[in-house]
Order: sequence, then C-alpha cells, then structure tokens
Amino acid sequence: MRSIKNSAAITTYGDHEVIRPENKLRKALTDAPPAPGEDDPVAQAERALADLSGEFGAWMDEECERLDGCRQAIVANGITQTAKTALFHAAHDIKGQAATLGFPAVAAIADSLCRLIEFTPQSDRIPLKLINQHVDAVRAVHREYARSDARDLAAQLDHKLRDVTDHFLIEENRGRPDIIEQITGAPPQAPA
Amino acid sequence: MVRIDFKRLRFLVIDDNAHMRRILRTLLHGFGAREVFEAEDGATGLDAFNNYVPDIVICDWAMPVFDGLELTQMIRQPGANGNPYVAIIMLTGHSEKKRVTAARDAGITEFLAKPISAKGLYERIVNIVVNPRPFIRTRTYFGPDRRRSNGSGYAGPERRKGGKADLIKHSTLLEKVRNPS
Repeated sequence: MRSIKNSAAITTYGDHEVIRPENKLRKALTDAPPAPGEDDPVAQAERALADLSGEFGAWMDEECERLDGCRQAIVANGITQTAKTALFHAAHDIKGQAATLGFPAVAAIADSLCRLIEFTPQSDRIPLKLINQHVDAVRAVHREYARSDARDLAAQLDHKLRDVTDHFLIEENRGRPDIIEQITGAPPQAPA
Repeated sequence: MVRIDFKRLRFLVIDDNAHMRRILRTLLHGFGAREVFEAEDGATGLDAFNNYVPDIVICDWAMPVFDGLELTQMIRQPGANGNPYVAIIMLTGHSEKKRVTAARDAGITEFLAKPISAKGLYERIVNIVVNPRPFIRTRTYFGPDRRRSNGSGYAGPERRKGGKADLIKHSTLLEKVRNPS
C-alpha cells in the first residue's frame, strides 16, 4: 500500500476555503523523449482497441442476451423494482457501448427504452408491448447488422418507437412540466 | 517537449460491466499505463480505492450497491479516506445537462460521456495532470473548483464571500443606465 499522506495549502475566505493540494501527479510529467513507436499514445490506444475488436460481435451478443433475459423476467413476474432496474441497466449499457463495439445504430433504440423506463412515473403502467418492441428491435438490428440497409432500418424503427414512447410519456407526465421538457426538449404548451 | 509518462500513474477502473472494464484497460495500456486495477461495483470500488491508492479513478455512474455519484461523495469525505483529492473521471451514458451538473456537484474532476474514445479519455487525463484545479470547501461542497475560468463574461452576482470575492461589485443594469461611467 502506498503512502496516503496529503499536504495542502489552505486559504480561508468568508464562507469558503480554497485548498491547493500537493500535485502528486506531477511525477508523471517528463521531458524524456518517448521510446520509438510511443510518440502518439492516442494512436497506440486506438490500435490496441482495434486488436481487441474481433471479440466485439460476441460481446454485443452477450449484451443482447442479457437484455432479453431481463425482458423475459418481466414477462414472467411483472415489473418489480428489481426487474425494472435490471432492464434499465442492460439497456443503458447497450446505449453506452454499442458505438464502441461497432453497432452505433443500436444505441438510439436502447436509449429510447431507457427513456421509457426512466420517465414513466408508475412502473406498472409501462406497456409490456412497448418493452417487447424495443427489445426485439435492438436484437433484430444487431442480428441484421451486416445488411446494407441495416442503418436505415434501425433509423426507421427508432423513429417509430421514439414517437410512440414520447406520446405515452407525455400522457403519463401530465402536470409535470419539468419532465415533459426533458422528454420533448421544449416547455409544454399551454392548453388552448 | 513535456509529455505524460503513463507508467508513473496508477488507475482504478470501477464499472459493473466487464466489457467496458476491458475496453478501458485496453485503452489505458495503449497509452502506456502499467498499473490498472479494476472493481465491479461501488462497494468493492471503495475498498480498492483505499487499498491501491490510485492516482486517477475512472468510474461508471449506474452501478449496483452504490452508484458512481454516491462513490464520489464517499471519496470526497475529508478524513474518511486515503486521498479525498484524487482525480475522478465519471464515465457514463448519461449526458443530459442535469446529470452533468449533479456529477459536478458531487465532486467529480472530469465528465466523459459514452461512447468512449481514446482521444476523449486521453484529453481528460492530460487535463487532470497538466491543469490541476484547486479544491473548494464550503458548507455544502467539497471538491474541485467548479469554476474552470475566471468568468470574465459572467454578469451575475458573486456568490462566494470573503477575500477577492468581496471586491467584485456587481452593478445592476439599472445602475449602469444611471451611471454609465
């Protein structure tokens, strides 16, 4: 275990302190020339990631299976808090990783499912049909990703699902203008 | 030319997703880092933080047991842990403004939205090493200074009291009209 001693210069003002901790990371700064082939760390890291990319298809398979498993648990037992959280995490991981793993078109559909879960005030009112449609769309787009029209197909599915999801969320969040603003990106319109 | 020797930095990656941990480890090793530790949730992450004393923590937001936001708040408890000043990069699929503000107010050092890129991660690490920010302690906040510039374009009232802050007098638009000089 390394030393955990900290030293810091502290200046006290009326209602706050400004603390300048010892900069322990200065040790990493060097003016020594890089070793041959190590002059571009970003390119090196990108090459290392490219070397790993042969595994990405299988990883995405696993993520889609996990999402499907969460959906199956909800179909079998209903939307419990645990099942809802698990479904959200599975969709959220796909949203965050799909582009890195080489399937960027899947991310938007996973994001729509995240929004459906996050912004529905009463979990038991989330339509199972809409969950199924999202999960099936994620799996279908991933499965058919090699097709030349996969991105167009994904965009159309995403557009439809988002449209239906937004309509549902706006209905469910009547009287919660801050949430509607987050859903639509604009303040709710006053009734005519 | 000054550069960063990643071999001299120790990283702790906290993410419940094994694939994302592998991606981060690969990128960090690609930069030249040798010491990369991993933890799969907030609780084991806090243990690992105290055991390994990393220089930089990279953590996910959404995790079981306690999440990245709660973990950050625990690390930033002065006296409770080894190094409350440690640099924390919050890596997350949440990119909404409200989330970024919440992470900043919890005391993170840098925010990095997924999808991750080698360039984005590298830039955050360089900023942490080359431009360390002072820490601010108030009644309700302890963490890196949330003001990244001197805010010369800021027109609102000064919220910090004392010292230099008291010298900054804010004139209302009405005062400016009455006293144009």
